[in-house]
Amino acid sequence: MQRIGVFVCHCGSNIAATVDVKKVVEMALFEPGVVHAEEYPYMCSEAGQSKIASAIREKALTGLVICSCSPRMHETTFRNAAKKAGLNPYMVEIANIREHCSWIHKDMEEATKKAVILARAAIAKVNLNAPLTPGESLVTKRALVIGGGIAGIQTALDIADAGYEVDIVEKTPSIGGRMSQLDKTFPTLDCSACILTPKMVDAAAHEKITIYTYSEVEKVTGFVGDFTVDIRRKARSVNMDKCTGCGVCQEKCPSKKIPSEFNRGLGNRTAIYTPFAQAIPNVPVIDRENCIKFKTGKCGVCAKVCQAGAVDYDQQDEIVTQKYGAIVVATGFDVIRLDQYDEYAYSQSPDVITSLELERVMNAAGPTKGHLERLSDGKAPKEMVFIQCVGSRCADSRGKSYCSKICCMYTAKHAMLIRDKYPDVNVTVFYIDVRTPGKNFDEFYRRAVEQYGVNYIKGQVGKVIPQPDGKLLVQGVDLLDNRRILKEADMVVLAAAIEPNPDVRKIATMLTASIDTNNFLTEAHAKLRPVESPTAGIFLSGVCQGPKDIPETVAQAGAAAVKVIGLLARDRLMTNPCTAQSDELLCNGCSMCANVCPYGAITYETRQVNDHGIREERRLAVVNGALCQGCGACTVACPSGAMDLKGFSNRELIAEVDAICR
Amino acid sequence: MQELRERAAALLADGTVDRVLGWRAGDMPWNPEPAYFETQESLRDFVYDGFCGANLSKYMIEASKLDGKTLVCLKPCDTYSFNQLLKEHRVDRDKAYIIGVGCRGKLDMEKIRAHGIKGIRTIRGAGIEEDEKTLSIDTIYGQKSISYEDAMLSRCHVCKGKEHRIFDEQLGTSKETQDADRFAEVERIEAMSPEERFAFFQKELSKCIRCNACRNVCPACSCRKCVFDSTKFDSAQKANSDSFEEKMFHIIRAFHVAGRCTDCGECSRVCPQGIPLHLFNRKFIKDIDVFYGEYQAGADAESKGPLTSYTIEDVEPGIVGERG
Repeated sequence: MQRIGVFVCHCGSNIAATVDVKKVVEMALFEPGVVHAEEYPYMCSEAGQSKIASAIREKALTGLVICSCSPRMHETTFRNAAKKAGLNPYMVEIANIREHCSWIHKDMEEATKKAVILARAAIAKVNLNAPLTPGESLVTKRALVIGGGIAGIQTALDIADAGYEVDIVEKTPSIGGRMSQLDKTFPTLDCSACILTPKMVDAAAHEKITIYTYSEVEKVTGFVGDFTVDIRRKARSVNMDKCTGCGVCQEKCPSKKIPSEFNRGLGNRTAIYTPFAQAIPNVPVIDRENCIKFKTGKCGVCAKVCQAGAVDYDQQDEIVTQKYGAIVVATGFDVIRLDQYDEYAYSQSPDVITSLELERVMNAAGPTKGHLERLSDGKAPKEMVFIQCVGSRCADSRGKSYCSKICCMYTAKHAMLIRDKYPDVNVTVFYIDVRTPGKNFDEFYRRAVEQYGVNYIKGQVGKVIPQPDGKLLVQGVDLLDNRRILKEADMVVLAAAIEPNPDVRKIATMLTASIDTNNFLTEAHAKLRPVESPTAGIFLSGVCQGPKDIPETVAQAGAAAVKVIGLLARDRLMTNPCTAQSDELLCNGCSMCANVCPYGAITYETRQVNDHGIREERRLAVVNGALCQGCGACTVACPSGAMDLKGFSNRELIAEVDAICR
Repeated sequence: MQELRERAAALLADGTVDRVLGWRAGDMPWNPEPAYFETQESLRDFVYDGFCGANLSKYMIEASKLDGKTLVCLKPCDTYSFNQLLKEHRVDRDKAYIIGVGCRGKLDMEKIRAHGIKGIRTIRGAGIEEDEKTLSIDTIYGQKSISYEDAMLSRCHVCKGKEHRIFDEQLGTSKETQDADRFAEVERIEAMSPEERFAFFQKELSKCIRCNACRNVCPACSCRKCVFDSTKFDSAQKANSDSFEEKMFHIIRAFHVAGRCTDCGECSRVCPQGIPLHLFNRKFIKDIDVFYGEYQAGADAESKGPLTSYTIEDVEPGIVGERG
């Protein structure tokens, strides 16, 4: 029989204001195995922990139940306290009477009743708990960064500077990401390329960084400290070692009419191409779907003109398999598709563009060489209208419920740049709110309004109607003046919501990292662990975690790097002792468990068993405790119940349910 | 049948097999029973006719532990079960000599009785080689008859096909007997309101006497120690404490065989209370087809099971909530 101590925490008034903690103590003493129960304002404090330690010693406790906050918060704290006092840390159970109880209930009587039930369930489990001993696993001192935008580059640079090997996997032919498409950056208006390209060069030149562009993560196995990743290096059709980046192939390529992804379809590229002039690596790829040679077998101009003999039409995809200790997701974002927003005439008029497209128009290397002009007729616009929150803060299912965070600032930037360069152009911005929380952000916005005379109108636009003369009739409201507005514009710019890169779903699945309803990756703790995924060894960098601007992205990228460095600096990690084990007398040898095991931890062996006097050779499941991560998939797949999870056995869980239903 | 008996005798005689797993006559003409035959003489009792509905593949689990090969007679639908057992490493292919036997649909005594035919003395027309469309039944009340089709097991009306999926040799011819939609019954139940559905299963499952016949005959229920028999779990021999718990056995059993059930229909055939147990399994099969793509358990012995493999296209678990 266990000797259980129950410790009820007030958490200041967090718990005690809603739960009658004295009553919980009183009721706990009636439960089987409980020999000690007490309450204290802060169990996690030094004083609280020493109360636990002295009770363990004085009452010879064999198990603890702590009624407090979520185990995600303080389970480790209390396990360590138990360990210091000489108790096996796995004899500690947490009854979460804060998040699961006091925070979500108002009525004290009800909440107290529930707290007692939660305590009872934890006590029932401790009664069946057995001491467990963790093992150790080695750490592979190499990190993988998925995504080669500014987030990925910064994370990789920081990890590499600490002396660890880093690989960047980037899906497109060049690193640089969204930032490379931007013209100027707020709030200082410095050129995006001028601050990004040096970092790209640093990453490429860093001896600890390997960059896999035009590559995708295909398969991930393993666990924190010991991931094995298959990277598919898509066939570039150009030998990276031979290519000198001279660019002749691109000049001569006869397929010149392919919409350029980099210019958001506003300009064209060739079939053999580098996305932009500063691309890293400066080695083109052949877009096989649009290449005449690949489509018809005839052409081969690029191979003929290439002095270096680098063009290789027979190149095949290649799979690189590498081991990593940590993985950083930095998959970034894209703007949403606007098919659901036809009231803004995006699909009807080339003069209605997104803000990201405007970045390309404003950029000296863009499709108009940086001249602000209408894409329909090349004429200089006189009236420009910006529409904010297109798909952001959207109440219906067409758009996103969240604020995309960056649009207010980049629109102020666009408005300011246009007014500065073309003082004869009138700029009007329709907005819901102007949100400028950031260093020097509000000052920046004020400058746009006061110094540059940008006309901000609080109100939404209902419709944009292309007129026969090529103008755009904008119907909106001015909520402050309470009047309808009809305005003729030459160009309309939509601040389309941003959303996580659609590929993140696939990647999150491979990594078993959780994502929210908007496909943003979830943090381990919204406030205290914002750059870690709840899945150990997976870290988050940049917009894949939530909307953010460049300074925030770079800060988070550095934070993610520090977490990775902290992990890679260790030689060994303690493994989770809550692993699966098979009861050999119940095992059918049917392989169901091995089929569902994501870690390849289950193998089979044929050996003799003695089943109540019957000796026979049987095929039996064997769990490799070092590989098992305790996910429990095998325990539910096993039809005979032979597989069980240490620390979360079927009996323990059923005892908890029984205790709740009692 | 004669040809099959002679072939079995020959394989016993030349030492290819050490025993034959087939059927022998029971005490009534309509209840032949699974049996081992170890000598040529004993094969005198061997029968194979329209009443040999029993799926012999599960017996191969124990037969795989015996020395030498066992000749096993498998009907087309039984071969699915054998494949599934092979996939789960429960039978040894090398220990089996499979004769794929012909089948023209199996007969259901309950259907015959339901036609008011009682006091049966002999039945003619149930033989496997005969192609008679009618069963002639001599009863103590006189001569009766019923068409072969009307006397067939319900499962044969949704037959998976006349091909043997695994065999060493084939004997006899098979007939397509499928003339109904396999999932029509399931769809009828799906269309019910939750209350009606609950009442339907309540009514059916309250007939259960927990004789375990469905479990014992089921080739997917092949655990060495069933959770319902093991003292390691609180479920063993537990008395029903309320009217819901009497359903638990069948619901748990349906979950345990989900994705592995070949829909052989043995559970419903052997149920002495006439509970349509196959409906649970068929609902799972239908859902699996919808969510994970068409899948027939036991169609081969190699493919991955839909519930024990993962692809990125797999349906999200939330589908359960969405469908209500």
